[in-house]
Amino acid sequence: MHDFDYERPVSLVEALSLMARHNGHARPLAGGTDLIDQMRLGRHQPGALIDVKRIAELNVLAADADGLHVGAAVPCCRIVEQPLVNQQYTALVDSCRIIGGIQIQSRASVGGNLCNSGPAADSTPSLIALQGVCVIAGPAGTRRVPVERFCTGPGQNVLQPGELLVEICFPPRPPHSGSHYRRLIPRNEMDIAVVGVGAAVELDESGRTIRAARIGLGAVAPTPLWAEEAGALLAGQPADDVQFARAAEAARKIVSPITDMRGTREYRIHVTGVLVQRVLRAAVARARGEAFTYLPGH
Amino acid sequence: MATADKRPYKVIGTRPVRHDGADKVTGRAKYGGDMRLTGMLYGAMVRSPHAHARIVSIDTSQAEALPGVRAVVTSADMPAQGDRVVELGEGAANMRHLTANILARDKVLYRGHAVAAVAADNVHIAEQAARLVRVEYEVLQPVMNVLDAMRDDAPILNDDVRTESLGAAPQSPDQSRPTNIAKHFLFEKGDVAKGFAEADLVIEHEFDTAMVHQGYIEPHNATALWNTDGRITIWMSTQGSFTARQQTAELLRVPVSSVKVVPMEIGGGFGGKISVYLPPVAALLSRKTGRPVKLQMSRADVFEATGPTPGSHMRLKLGVTRDGRITAGEAWIAFDAGAYPGSPVGMACMCVFACYDVPHGRVEGFDVCVNKPRTNAYRAPGSTHVAFAIETIVDEICEKLGLDPLEFRLKNASREGTRRVDGPVFPRIGMVETVQAIRDSQHYQSPLAGPCRGRGVASGFWFNVGMKSSVTATVNLDGTVSLIEGSTDIGGTRTSIAMQLAETLGIAAEDVNPTVVDTDSIGYTDVTGGSRVTFATGIAAVEAARDIQRQMVQRAALLWDVDPAAVKYDDGRLLGPAGKQFTFKELAAEIHQTGGPIIGSGTSSSATQGGAFGTHCVDVEVDPETGKVQILRYTIAQDAGTAIHPSYVEGQMQGGVVQGIGWALNEEYWYDDRGTMRNATYLDYRLPTCYDVPMIETMIVEVPDPQHPYGVRGVGEVPICPPPAAIANAIYHAVGVRMRRLPMSPPNLLSEILQRFQD
Amino acid sequence: MAKKRVVSATINGEVVEFLCEPRQTLLEVLRDTLDMTGTKEGCSNGNCGACTVLLDGRPVVSCLVLAMEADGSEIRTIEGVARGSHLDEVQQAFLEGAALQCGICTPGFIMQTEALLQANPNPTEEEIRFYLAGNLCRCTGYDKIVRAVQAAAQKRLATT
Ligand SMILES: Cc1cc2nc3c(=O)[nH]c(=O)nc-3n(C[C@H](O)[C@H](O)[C@H](O)COP(=O)(O)OP(=O)(O)OC[C@H]3O[C@@H](n4cnc5c(N)ncnc54)[C@H](O)[C@@H]3O)c2cc1C
Ligand code: FES
Ligand code: FES
Repeated sequence: MHDFDYERPVSLVEALSLMARHNGHARPLAGGTDLIDQMRLGRHQPGALIDVKRIAELNVLAADADGLHVGAAVPCCRIVEQPLVNQQYTALVDSCRIIGGIQIQSRASVGGNLCNSGPAADSTPSLIALQGVCVIAGPAGTRRVPVERFCTGPGQNVLQPGELLVEICFPPRPPHSGSHYRRLIPRNEMDIAVVGVGAAVELDESGRTIRAARIGLGAVAPTPLWAEEAGALLAGQPADDVQFARAAEAARKIVSPITDMRGTREYRIHVTGVLVQRVLRAAVARARGEAFTYLPGH
Repeated sequence: MATADKRPYKVIGTRPVRHDGADKVTGRAKYGGDMRLTGMLYGAMVRSPHAHARIVSIDTSQAEALPGVRAVVTSADMPAQGDRVVELGEGAANMRHLTANILARDKVLYRGHAVAAVAADNVHIAEQAARLVRVEYEVLQPVMNVLDAMRDDAPILNDDVRTESLGAAPQSPDQSRPTNIAKHFLFEKGDVAKGFAEADLVIEHEFDTAMVHQGYIEPHNATALWNTDGRITIWMSTQGSFTARQQTAELLRVPVSSVKVVPMEIGGGFGGKISVYLPPVAALLSRKTGRPVKLQMSRADVFEATGPTPGSHMRLKLGVTRDGRITAGEAWIAFDAGAYPGSPVGMACMCVFACYDVPHGRVEGFDVCVNKPRTNAYRAPGSTHVAFAIETIVDEICEKLGLDPLEFRLKNASREGTRRVDGPVFPRIGMVETVQAIRDSQHYQSPLAGPCRGRGVASGFWFNVGMKSSVTATVNLDGTVSLIEGSTDIGGTRTSIAMQLAETLGIAAEDVNPTVVDTDSIGYTDVTGGSRVTFATGIAAVEAARDIQRQMVQRAALLWDVDPAAVKYDDGRLLGPAGKQFTFKELAAEIHQTGGPIIGSGTSSSATQGGAFGTHCVDVEVDPETGKVQILRYTIAQDAGTAIHPSYVEGQMQGGVVQGIGWALNEEYWYDDRGTMRNATYLDYRLPTCYDVPMIETMIVEVPDPQHPYGVRGVGEVPICPPPAAIANAIYHAVGVRMRRLPMSPPNLLSEILQRFQD
Repeated sequence: MAKKRVVSATINGEVVEFLCEPRQTLLEVLRDTLDMTGTKEGCSNGNCGACTVLLDGRPVVSCLVLAMEADGSEIRTIEGVARGSHLDEVQQAFLEGAALQCGICTPGFIMQTEALLQANPNPTEEEIRFYLAGNLCRCTGYDKIVRAVQAAAQKRLATT
């Protein structure tokens, strides 16, 4: 690896001033599960790493009246154990359970997953579905950006030099809602998504009609996508396979995948439709409180 | 079960704890990468970013100027080889190709091809320096596919390659022009035209398989010290310390006796750790610096620059009568050899019809250079490819004729006396018994229900080799025996060898203490490969034990003052006249009083094995919307001859099956059009994890091989052969599509499924 | 060059201080600086699990941890699993169950199993396979590894 400095600030203020001092040559280090390998390959050569894991603001994992706050440095292993997330933000748990293996989850953060801005990031579609908003702090103060507008290209995002992602916050989940994330990978675990789909649905009291739905897609475009129309056309419709198929069709229309070692373009388009239907079915089942078991990889 | 003999053994067939086990579960065992020497430098390789290019110039000055860099070497430091062809224990090798593969001379022939190497104070400086070596390339068009490489207008990799004809193949007409087709094999038996004319049904298809890697978890490594007295010591992980020694000596053009190879513990090989890559380079760096130098590959280097097994294109045709008797078979097999000639296509030709009695056959094979790493052995090299082709065709025939696939196999199976298409006649073998075992298994007998589920069976064959081994064994005063061997232990062979010695001496396995030693400390021993160690080193151990028996008999005779002929060695006891008796332990205590140490030695050299067969049964479930396959249940029946340590026999069977599952479903070298492998990480290469596979049920069939004193057959390789075919057959029975391309990955399978529904 | 710094960590119950550069991984320091070569290296990019150690009780791949990040932490490696000269239940089960062939993956599997049985003393086969999916073994086909984990779990349950 190239030569660099390592800093471990304990407050956001300190971290931001370190970022400023290194003047664009520092990179935040969360779990390091993307960054350390990328540095080993010479893809990034920052002059300094700012370890963000000791900063209190980035380690928050709690709910208040505004909803759920997930600090950018919180590792997946904490998220999957958090009771409220397990009850209400299940898509996020589904995502965090399958990022890497157990060892990776001990370190990998949702913030790092998002800031790495890979098209196939497994948590991002769930963040989109659950209406996550990024809280970003920088020299010019704090700003908020909806997750679906965060990534701008493969490995690229809206962060400006000196800025840090502090947390992602989610609105409270309405009653009768459910969410799910799943991906297609050739193996059953330890693989990068060929296609990933996250969806959150809200039903009416009867549990038969969809009030609102949001769908996030991964690995089918240069950035994770919010399939806005696919979700919108479900509003007011019965929660059944006919409607799920319509949503799948709409989702297929907005994807622009590539052919690579993980799958062909045609395959990805096809599977997008398949997964959108499966994910909606599962999200609805969860919204209804029906028993639903999900075996990752199957 | 189809066991022939009732076993009379005490040690053989039991499951003692392996002798090196405690070191390996506590982290104490020293593998090649664990080597640390005082003053040791760390090396890094400079590798080609291009798949095919001419080297215009190499400038090492910037790298040499970096503080902490101690030496840089290029092919200019390697001795010239000229046109030498050298026998290296694993077949003859063209030294010009071998040396160019270690450090490229005028051309690079694959991405990752080594061009230069650096030694520095630590690995980070070495890597930084490697990036400072400036290599100017003239980029050439790569050729990646075996059929493309065979065309007349294909880019040529090696100017010195002409087609060599083997078997019955006619001399190739044009010896003046270089070609990528390095070898052309032809084997014939009977009259193929007549055979097909007798057939009621002829099935013919083409098949493709992707290049795959052995995938051992430990990367290649070597630490070398070139001493001031000219002696070179290499510490490394290798499947064969003697072939590593010879290759290193030939490459450096020094006497074999000046090189000592110290085999460290080895983290897997499967055929991929026989060729040397790093030792000569580490040695050159050591000579330049006067210090020990360690080189270790990255995982990407292992994928890009070692010896995976070829991709292939095959055409196979089989004729049968209505009642399911094979009348003729014909095969056309082309393997990508990688950058230099030497794929196992010859083996593939010999294996393709080996499971069956094929009265009329013709097999043609081609060894073809392409811009990929030079291929190497991988567990039953060549046999898995052809098993995929033949065994799926057999399944199709059975389906078309309405025959049970196992009954078909029983009817046509090779047995003692069957002549293979390439000539040899089988001795006593166990193909039939493995088919019977699966037929009678709980798995095959139980119904499989559920949508998109299917069951498949397939068989496979591998030769198993004999070759040379040496063993010495010293009797200790406390009645234990120290066993010294040269076979590196990759999967518990210390124990399987020790058990054969113990059995022969009539002592406990725990009373034998086996050690694997360096090339100066034991007689010549061939590689751990070819399923040979338990067989051939086992024979040497039995010989050593018999040698000890003879000496013990003399000692007892001396003590009793009787004629040695009056003493009998029986099951760990020495029996003399008039009820005189010593146990092994009692007599061992007396050896210093009766003439001093007892050292037995044994060698084996020319024994050939009868060959190993296996039959597998698998249940799969296919997701018809995504093309993803889940393995629900897997059973393997294999003829082990005699299972010395059943746990490790099962382990070989299970490990081979899971490698075969990986080959079948997801593993492949995925190249872009510039000839760059785009998935040179474990994450993207995708070998199976434990969450991808079920328990692998094993049925050890024992049809003893008469050529081994205990009937051992090699078990290491044949288990990898049937899985791709068995899974392809199961997929067919699940969703009705015949897969003729590996891997049967979700995208590949789905496109077949979609096509079927379109038609 | 970035300054070397002193890092202090508790490794297998003992406080250990070492000097390292920021660019050195925990794996590199364990193996090259501290000569604890029981932790193995298979890929150096988090893909194989051979380098698994427990960092503050959680299993991590030490090739993706910087040594400096370990300052002040508690680390457990394969060298710290046996109690004196007694193998622990997991090691014993691997040994008796022939759950290793070449053995290069074994330290990583044992550490991951320690973490599993800590979190879930009585796992199902499914749970074992899911938890161990970050560890590759190319030799065994996993059958005997999974059985060894089951055996170790049963033995621990029986003795506690
Ligand atoms: C073996 C393996 C398997 C993997 N499997 C998966 C998988 O299945 N699915 C998946 O999606 N990913 C996977 N990954 C990738 C990786 O683990 C995830 O993307 C992970 O979530 C990254 O988080 P991290 O905390 O480790 O990020 P880091 O590596 O620490 O950081 C990632 C990037 O984000 C930046 N960054 C981190 N925190 C901040 C912040 N607060 N503000 C601004 N920038 C920041 C860093 O500078 C860096 O560029 C895998 C990786 C490995 C090694
Ligand atoms: S060496 Fe760390 S995961 Fe492979
Ligand atoms: S025993 Fe060799 S990799 Fe697991």
